[in-house]
Amino acid sequence: MGKNSAHQVAGPELYFQPEIEKMGRLELEALQLERLKKTVQVCYEQIPFYRQALDAAGIKPADVQSLADLTRLPFTTKQDMRDAYPFNLFAIPATDERVQRLHASSGTTGNATVCGYTQNDIDVWGDTFARAIAQVGGGANSMLQVSYGYGLFTGGLGAHEGGIRIHATILPMSSGNTKRQVQMMKDFDVDILCCTPSYALLIADTAIEMGYDPANDFNVTGAILGAEPCSEGMRTEIEEKLGVKMVDIYGLSEVMGPGVSCECRYQNGLHVAEDHFIIEILNPDTLEPVPDGEWGEVVFTTLSKECSPLIRYRTRDISRIIPGECECGRTLRRMDRITGRTDDMLIIRGVNVFPNQFQEVLAGFSEVTSYYQIILTSDGPMDKVTLRVETVPEFDFDEIRKIEDLQRRINAELKSNLQVSVDVLVSEPKSIERSEGKAKRVLDNRDKS
Amino acid sequence: MIDQITVFLENDKGRLAALCRTLGDAGISMHALTVADTAQYGVARIIADTPARAYEVLNEKGFRASLTKVFAIEVPDSAGGLATLLEALGAAGINVEYAYCFAVDGGKAIDVLRVDNHDNAEQVITAAGFRVAQPSELYA
Repeated sequence: MGKNSAHQVAGPELYFQPEIEKMGRLELEALQLERLKKTVQVCYEQIPFYRQALDAAGIKPADVQSLADLTRLPFTTKQDMRDAYPFNLFAIPATDERVQRLHASSGTTGNATVCGYTQNDIDVWGDTFARAIAQVGGGANSMLQVSYGYGLFTGGLGAHEGGIRIHATILPMSSGNTKRQVQMMKDFDVDILCCTPSYALLIADTAIEMGYDPANDFNVTGAILGAEPCSEGMRTEIEEKLGVKMVDIYGLSEVMGPGVSCECRYQNGLHVAEDHFIIEILNPDTLEPVPDGEWGEVVFTTLSKECSPLIRYRTRDISRIIPGECECGRTLRRMDRITGRTDDMLIIRGVNVFPNQFQEVLAGFSEVTSYYQIILTSDGPMDKVTLRVETVPEFDFDEIRKIEDLQRRINAELKSNLQVSVDVLVSEPKSIERSEGKAKRVLDNRDKS
Repeated sequence: MIDQITVFLENDKGRLAALCRTLGDAGISMHALTVADTAQYGVARIIADTPARAYEVLNEKGFRASLTKVFAIEVPDSAGGLATLLEALGAAGINVEYAYCFAVDGGKAIDVLRVDNHDNAEQVITAAGFRVAQPSELYA
């Protein structure tokens, strides 16, 4: 019963490193600049790839005199990291005594990307994850169940390091054997769960199948979930079934692992660990920064990493900076949840748009089905966007003004959400392609120049 | 009131022909057809025999059809006849969404009206001196 409070935003705000999490912006930017200078210096001196790239850009480490100079620095791409396989982007040799551990991405589409961690790198990582543990009410007296996979994947050991830094008691379950996960969660009075959202849901459902009501029977009150997308509906389901407060955590193995950014209790954006990473949001076409609030490609520069520093790493993830201050009092800026990959992005009249943004807008209209199709054509030099929708069987189309009114309302909603004007075309039933797998939602018939 | 069949049509070549062929093949005779069109699509409104069956046949064949209740009103062939009817509806606060005319056996004109408020429309029409036609007079 007492767990209901876990759903409310109330009580004292919980910080792991309040001196950093609530640091004044000027002080934080001074810290960033100092660390950026050092990072560029080390990259230049220790990593031939960066020396060449900086030389080619005509920049010496000493030229970095302000944070604005960041935009003059060259980018690092995923391909650069693959080409550097295994250790050519290391600032410290892999077997040097300072290097404690390696992690690597799965490498399903090419060479794996490999990163090394010194003890300080591991501690920094643990600190950023520990901030998330504190935000869901965890601390030194917590029982932390880590149900992310352990291994080269950064999930398991990242959460584990967070537990170490906050002095929690760690239950290193890794993933799998779900019934045993449930049993130990109950028997050991676990209060914080770390895993992927889908695994959290499986644990909850398994507990319910086993006859438990984890929302009331279990001691678990916090969940730190990441490594895959989680919709608001899924979040609600997890929170209700387990009786937890859930925060979304973000990270990439190339940059560090989970903890690069994390939600606070207010669940409105993920606070970036800006003391260790500089985030940029860039127009993926022009690679110029976009204003706060606008969507673009997320680019990170590491500030503290000793073994595998990165300058302007293009993640290909799409997000935005959420403008304004957060109620939680943290000064660390927030990024939004990842809405897609640059690979899926459409550039329409210079505006970046993702197919699932159309879907989100349409979900607000009960008059239309979930089937839609985006058709891009050229109208002279302009891009023209047509969105085909189908009305539900109950929709009364006998009055033309009702169809026109529906078109107008969808158009206005798209315009305000996407900043793009769209012709909404109401289509005949079942005329939009159905597909078992990935439906072809976008037809790009624009003139290619 | 009578049943009108309304069909949503995309502005694609041959859709109207396909619609008429579908009804024809099912042996359903049409008495009136009007098409309201916009740049992107059309809405066909049809008075035909066995409207319930027409509705089923069309939906089976993948058309987006619906049945709509409309008034069929016998209008005398004299100047200002329709004006009198519309004025009476207007005075009663009843708006006309759309209207169209067709002729039936005997040279009589039938005016089809969709109004926004059915509750007392029939009363108003009758009080203005017009006769509301019954389904049996218009289709099988």
